[in-house]
Amino acid sequence: MTARTLRLTTASALVALVAGGAFAQDGEPLKIGILATLEGTYTALGEDGIRGVETALQEAGMAAAGRPIEMIVQSTDTTPDSAVRGARKLVEQDGVDIVIGPLSGSEGIAIRDYSKTQPDVTFINGISGAMETTYVDPSENFFRFNTDGAQWSAGLGDYIFNEKGYEFIATVGEDYSFVYTQVFGLVTEFCQAGGTVTDRFWVPLGTKDFGSIIAALPDDVDAIYLGLGGGDAINFLNQYQQAGGSANLIGGSIMVDQSILQSGGSAKEALIGTPSSGMMADAWENEGWQEFVSLYQDTFEPDQRFPSPSLFALGYYNSTLAMLQCVDETGGDLGEGQAAFRECLSSMTLEAPNGTITLDENRQAIGNNFVTEVVEQEDGSLATQVVAVVEDVNQTLGLDPAAFDAIGLPGREIPACQTSY
Amino acid sequence: MRDWARAHPIWTGIAALLVLILLYLILAVWPEWIDSILRSKKIFLSALFNGITLGGLYFLVASGFTLIFGLMRNVNLAHGSLYLMGGYIGYYVSYTTGYWLLAFPIAFVVVGFVGVLLQFFVFRRMEGEDLRQTLVTIGISIVIADLLLWVVGGDFYVITPPDWLSGPLETGIITSQRVRSSGEVTNFYLSYPMVRIVIFCASVVIGVGMWLLLNRTRIGMLIRAGVDDRDMLSATGARIQLVFAGVFAFGAGLAGMAGVVGGTFQSVAPGEDIRFLLASLVVVIVGGMGSIPGAALGALLIGLAEQIGSIYFPTYAVVLTFLIMVGVLAFRPQGLLGRT
Repeated sequence: MTARTLRLTTASALVALVAGGAFAQDGEPLKIGILATLEGTYTALGEDGIRGVETALQEAGMAAAGRPIEMIVQSTDTTPDSAVRGARKLVEQDGVDIVIGPLSGSEGIAIRDYSKTQPDVTFINGISGAMETTYVDPSENFFRFNTDGAQWSAGLGDYIFNEKGYEFIATVGEDYSFVYTQVFGLVTEFCQAGGTVTDRFWVPLGTKDFGSIIAALPDDVDAIYLGLGGGDAINFLNQYQQAGGSANLIGGSIMVDQSILQSGGSAKEALIGTPSSGMMADAWENEGWQEFVSLYQDTFEPDQRFPSPSLFALGYYNSTLAMLQCVDETGGDLGEGQAAFRECLSSMTLEAPNGTITLDENRQAIGNNFVTEVVEQEDGSLATQVVAVVEDVNQTLGLDPAAFDAIGLPGREIPACQTSY
Repeated sequence: MRDWARAHPIWTGIAALLVLILLYLILAVWPEWIDSILRSKKIFLSALFNGITLGGLYFLVASGFTLIFGLMRNVNLAHGSLYLMGGYIGYYVSYTTGYWLLAFPIAFVVVGFVGVLLQFFVFRRMEGEDLRQTLVTIGISIVIADLLLWVVGGDFYVITPPDWLSGPLETGIITSQRVRSSGEVTNFYLSYPMVRIVIFCASVVIGVGMWLLLNRTRIGMLIRAGVDDRDMLSATGARIQLVFAGVFAFGAGLAGMAGVVGGTFQSVAPGEDIRFLLASLVVVIVGGMGSIPGAALGALLIGLAEQIGSIYFPTYAVVLTFLIMVGVLAFRPQGLLGRT
């Protein structure tokens, strides 16, 4: 085999590897398509998202307004093109009525754009959390019942500055829209409280060897914020322990998620005591939340799920719940470009496990946010415990919309660290 | 080596100069102007050492790949799956028995056995048919990936090394000095993860061992003869299929062991198979298909490019790896140490 055929081989290998697995069924009344990351570094996250959908559907007896529901799952791999490819397959080939998904930030932006080309299909976001998805050029038929990455940071900046006493922090994050959005929320609040963000490190999504990044972390800061998820988070924590790292950590929303806290091995132990924030807290003692946790636990065998639902299960559960309620309310009527159904979604008040959720004029969720800390529970498992709840966080984080717009869209260096915006 | 130096005095001089500069960078206390260019000695040295140790891991994976290619002209695109399988086996062995070291022989043997099965049921049936082998092994890699996902799920696993390996080691290399008002000089030393040092030493030992095996033993002689002319070797009466099966088992076993190593200082999860397959391909293309020293050189270059890139130009670190590959393919298509 010559170098040329080898190159050909490499290219064909890549093509084959990109074309992931998919399965489809035909027939039946209400067809919904699910987009989730079932391959690559976010596999465990996508799997739990699917569990969230199944929890809601099984609770409803796989039917809404008398129409049996058929669910078609399509895998993506966190890249925008995989999400669009998956959505096209669901819409143009399987002919679904409603798409629930995607999971990852940049996928969400791509699906928003795609949704504009398919006005007859309604798209309900899975759990993707980039700000632009609903804030810039929102799409009429794209609904998001989860708060975005910046909203998930609400309360954290204030908490770490005032309660933890951290004045100087550095951030490490994956280099894509969702983490920009998370850091955006953190920086605006933390800097307004009086803190300083000295450095922002960005690593490509899917980085496995953090050795050099860890060595480059400044040692003259009070804490380091970690905006990592999935396998990247595990690798960072593992290598951070091996390097003898001992700085205070602050976790991004998917850093302290069940998908990390339940991973095999000791890497996760570096997270005990880490403050974080997000749209949920594992050990919240609210009745509605506890009911959801039991429902999730009862729907799946213990070895087929996390001990407690992850952020991804919750996000997909809420989206499915909203869909089910509106299909019920409209009597299963998806005619006339799904007008009645969409009107219902836009105006509904969703009583979700993590609190009441309403949508704003961009069809973006307004809801609760939780500041948490990671604790070791009696059975030895790790979970996030509530230390503060911020209610009704909107997308502009309580700032005046004009002032918010002046900050600019989330990016590597945006927002700048200022005491007022 | 000496002949080469005599024939290329200028290149030898440049190489010697580079080595001296490197030694200076590692051992000396840096003046400010170097600090300002390379950020700081601690950062530079860590990136350098991390690149070398990451190269060690890449070498473990790629050497099996290149060995199999060198002898049998098989491009085994299921090599990444063997790596992943080794990682999972390593996790379960070390988790259930509590012995980290035990994970290595078991992963080696089990994955090596899978390699023999592959050779026996797949490659032997399509000897010399490159494209067919390629397509079949891609298929196998997808099937194995899905089977693994089905059996162990999509969760992340980290293989926990024993206590004596966790944590950092004080290396004695001075990263910076501070002169106190009393005139006393305080030295700050580089501390470096113990586990990475051990992993690097292990891959050096394996690499040297492989070189000795290939160049100093009878079996190695058979293998080298097979690389040069398979037909002639089998005509002399050597049991070539047995040699093939042995080499395939060894190459696959190495991938399995690399899986344990990777699971220890990184993690085991779905998707790692593709990443390491790609890394192996890049490494052997840069180093030269079928050459063990080439795999070592390629692994070192790619490891260094990734780590140094991740510090000095993080956004384009991934591109750097492929730029190296493009450069090699453009100017030396057979690879740096490959034979035409």
